[in-house]
Amino acid sequence: MEVERVTRRFGDVVALDDVSLTVREGELVGLLGPNGAGKTTLLSLVSGLRTADAGTVRLFGGDPRAAASRLALGTTPQETGLPETLRVAEVVALVAGHYPDPMSTDEVLTRFGLTDLARRQTGGLSGGQKRRLAVALALVGRPRLVLLDEPTTGLDVEARHVLWQALRDYHADGATVVLTSHYLEEVEALARRVVVVGRGTVLADGSLDDVLALVARRRVLLTVPTSARSRVEGLPGVDAVTSEARGDADRLTLLAADADEVVRRLVGAQVPFRDLEVRGASLEEAFLSLTSGPTTDDAVAATGGVR
Amino acid sequence: MTGPTTLRTQPYWRLSLLHARLGFVETIRIPIAVLGNLLFPALALVFFVVPQREIAGDPVSATAAVAQLGTFAVMSTCLFSFGAGVAEDRALPFDPYLRTLPAGPGPRLTGRVLNGLLWSYIALVPVALIGWLLTAAQLSGRQAVQAVVLVVGVAVPFLLLGLAIGYRLSSKAAIAVVQAVLFPLAFAGGLFMPPDIFPRWLDLFSQALPSRAARDLVVQITAGVDAYPLAVPVLLAWTVVFAVLATLAYRSDEGRRFR
Repeated sequence: MEVERVTRRFGDVVALDDVSLTVREGELVGLLGPNGAGKTTLLSLVSGLRTADAGTVRLFGGDPRAAASRLALGTTPQETGLPETLRVAEVVALVAGHYPDPMSTDEVLTRFGLTDLARRQTGGLSGGQKRRLAVALALVGRPRLVLLDEPTTGLDVEARHVLWQALRDYHADGATVVLTSHYLEEVEALARRVVVVGRGTVLADGSLDDVLALVARRRVLLTVPTSARSRVEGLPGVDAVTSEARGDADRLTLLAADADEVVRRLVGAQVPFRDLEVRGASLEEAFLSLTSGPTTDDAVAATGGVR
Repeated sequence: MTGPTTLRTQPYWRLSLLHARLGFVETIRIPIAVLGNLLFPALALVFFVVPQREIAGDPVSATAAVAQLGTFAVMSTCLFSFGAGVAEDRALPFDPYLRTLPAGPGPRLTGRVLNGLLWSYIALVPVALIGWLLTAAQLSGRQAVQAVVLVVGVAVPFLLLGLAIGYRLSSKAAIAVVQAVLFPLAFAGGLFMPPDIFPRWLDLFSQALPSRAARDLVVQITAGVDAYPLAVPVLLAWTVVFAVLATLAYRSDEGRRFR
């Protein structure tokens, strides 16, 4: 798939702003970004659901709006919105009927551990089973490119691992897989290449390790007297600070790439803090610092910023 | 990758039949929707026609009465399955998913039309059976064949009207609009009461309606009572109007959601 200088607006909102991205045969790419970053819009352009306001989108060298270009493409329903009264095997048959050389219903259901449910109506499946079926539908036509939008959102740990394994297996068979996620863990488990999308632009694009170092952030929580607050904010290595007043003290939440270093500096500067906690930061928080922090440009450049 | 042109999408008719078959299965698994559609015209026949011996006992009046309710059965099937059905499907996340499969919108729509026609015929079965068993209504073999063919002519304009509603409105609004359109159109078109007993003004107004034109053509073929001269042009004109409305609604829907 090739996306070249694509812009897509919804009314006043710019969902994608001059985005370019090429995915080559056999890659396993994670599109990482907070909700509303433009990941879903990007996939909808590649799967032919929408057209770009500017720029070009190509799928196997063709226009994704043409049905024939989508013969080697597999996608999933975005939510678990399957036709409730149809049985699992019937939904698989409906999708399989569109492809020249589909997997047999048995093969699909076996890959995803759904064999026992073939005759169940989809309305009677649990959330996790629906999700597995939805991802299974993406593979029915033996696509060479699979686009997965938040494939394991809302799944428990075990179901998530079953799905991940099925996707790794399919990728190992030679297919290209692009998945979006706002879970760092999911992208870590699957992707080799990670593209970070935020506010409609590609913020970073590189190997898993490079990008992880870029977006991994820790949260440092501590309580300091209000008078000491400005000293904390001024410490090097602190990306962002939020605070909550507690009497004559403030409960501060710091975001930092290197939490250990920040704590050492706190001690070194003799800041009178108490109730220190260090936690992993959510991806949303990490992106906040990526998109608003002063280090952003340097950081993107550091990964080799393939745009 | 040897090039996109070496791969072909599956044949149009095979995909249409696939969609028709699964659409049929989907509908039949919600029996209450099917039953409601089948029962109303049949019950109307049982309660309002069968007890009146002067109608039920007279071959021409009885056949006309059965034809009217048969027309209603087809009209309501088309409006509900295409108006409410399309609007409901559009609201499901499965609908955009289907658009990412390697097929254009054609096979799905054709499948839906085939399905709608099939349900129209099914809706006629109880009406025809009650007419045959409990009234003096009668059809020759030739009339029966003509009537079967005419179902398509009656179904198409209402199917298009249904699509115009289904692609334009949300599912809640579509159901309300279908009902608001169906019953007045049926009543003023003489599908519940024969137009002979209409006051003059209503009879004239009625002749401009698609339901009246369809009803008169069906009655002409089945009961041998001639339709008014403009029935065919009126039905064709409405078919064109509804086709335009359906196309505009589809385009605006596609534009709003997919451009």
